[in-house]
Amino acid sequence: MHPGMSVPFALLGLLEREPSHGYDLKRDYDEFFGRGKPLPYGQVYATLSRLARDGRVVPGDVEPGAGPDRKRYTITAAGKTDVEAWLTTPVEPEPHLQTVLFVKVVLALMLGRSAEQYLDTQRAAHLQRMRELTDVKRSGGTVDGLLADHGLFHLEADLRWIDLTAARLGELAQMVAS
Amino acid sequence: MTAAPDGGPVIEGRTLHLSFGETPALQGASVSVAAGEILAVMGPSGSGKSTLLHCLAGKLRPQRGEVLYQGRRVDTLGEGERTALRRDRLGFVFQFGQLVPELTAAENVALPLLLGGMRRAPALREAHGWFERLGLAGLESRRSGELSGGQAQRVAIARGLVTHPNVLFADEPTGSLDSLTGERVMDLLVTASRQEGAAMILVTHEPRVAAYADREVVVRDGKAAALTLGRVS
Repeated sequence: MHPGMSVPFALLGLLEREPSHGYDLKRDYDEFFGRGKPLPYGQVYATLSRLARDGRVVPGDVEPGAGPDRKRYTITAAGKTDVEAWLTTPVEPEPHLQTVLFVKVVLALMLGRSAEQYLDTQRAAHLQRMRELTDVKRSGGTVDGLLADHGLFHLEADLRWIDLTAARLGELAQMVAS
Repeated sequence: MTAAPDGGPVIEGRTLHLSFGETPALQGASVSVAAGEILAVMGPSGSGKSTLLHCLAGKLRPQRGEVLYQGRRVDTLGEGERTALRRDRLGFVFQFGQLVPELTAAENVALPLLLGGMRRAPALREAHGWFERLGLAGLESRRSGELSGGQAQRVAIARGLVTHPNVLFADEPTGSLDSLTGERVMDLLVTASRQEGAAMILVTHEPRVAAYADREVVVRDGKAAALTLGRVS
C-alpha cells in the first residue's frame, strides 16, 4: 500500500479497534474523517477485498440475513504492523513547488493577460471557502472545528502567498518576458 | 449569514481622496455598508485602510468625495456634530483595547454613556449588563492593568456596543492577542454585534479574521476594490 493513501489505513485502524462490518466501518469513517466527502460503499468493499487479498484482514463467515453486509472483518497481525508503521511515519511535508496557482500566474504574464485579476479572483474564492469553514467552526463541535481549522490554516497560507506574489508581479513579469 | 439585509447603506464613502502632505493616502476609495452587514477591509500596511476607516468614522475629513451616514452627508458637518455622531451612533474597538487605566472595567464600559450625558447610576447599570453577556462577570471592578489581553478586549467590545450603535468600527481587534484568544474575541464580537443589529467595518490584514465578515474589500493604493468570484476574462 502507498503510505500516502489514507482510506485503507483508516479502515485498518478502525478494524484494530474492533472487528466490524463494512456498514459500520463506513459510518465511523464518515463520522470522523469523511466531512463533506462520505466514503462510497463500493470503495469500502473494494478496499476490504484488497486488504483481505493482501492478508491484512480476514472476513468472517457469511452471517444469516438479508443484504450484502453479512461479513465481519477482523484485522490480522500483518494488518496491525501496517497500522503501527503508518501511524509513526510522518506525512511528507508537501513542498508545493509547482502549484496550479503558480502556473496560472506565470502563464497569465507570458500571455499578456491580467495576473493581478486572476489573483484577486483566487483570493475571493479562498476567502469564500474560509467564510464557510468559519461558519462550520462556529456552529459545530470539536471534531468539526479542528478539521475546519486545518483547512483554514492551509487556505491562509495560500493567501499569504497570493499577497506576496501580487506585490511582486512586476518583478516576475520582467523575468518571464526576458 | 452572507446576504446583507435589504435597505440602503447605513454608511457610505464615495470617491474619497485624502493626502498627507505630498503622500496620497486615499485616491478615490468608495465603499458602502448595509445595515447589519459585516464588511472586512483588507490590504497591506500603508494601503490606506486605516485612513479609510477614519474618514468613514468622521475623524478625518476627505479633501474630495463624500461620506454619508444613513443617506445624509456627514463630512461637511462641523467638528461638534461629527463628535456627537461618533459618540451616539458609532462604536469603536481598537487593536489595543485603549481602556482608561484609572477607571474600573465597568466605568470604562459606561464611559460613552456618561459622555453622552447619562447619569452615573443608570450608565453603570447598563454597563454591568454587558459583563455577563461577554463572559466577564466578576471583573467589573478590575482596572485595565488587572485584566488579561483577551478580557481587556472584551471590555472594549462592551464599550463599543454599549450605546447600541448602528455601525461598529473594529480596527485589527485581535491584533494584539494570541490566535486562540483572538478567535474567542472574534466570536463574541460577531455574535454581540449581530444581536445588536449593528453593521461592522472590520479592518484587518488577517484572512482568518476577515473570514468572520459577510464580504470583504481590498484597499490597494488608496482605492477600495470588491473581491468577486467572477471568471477572469
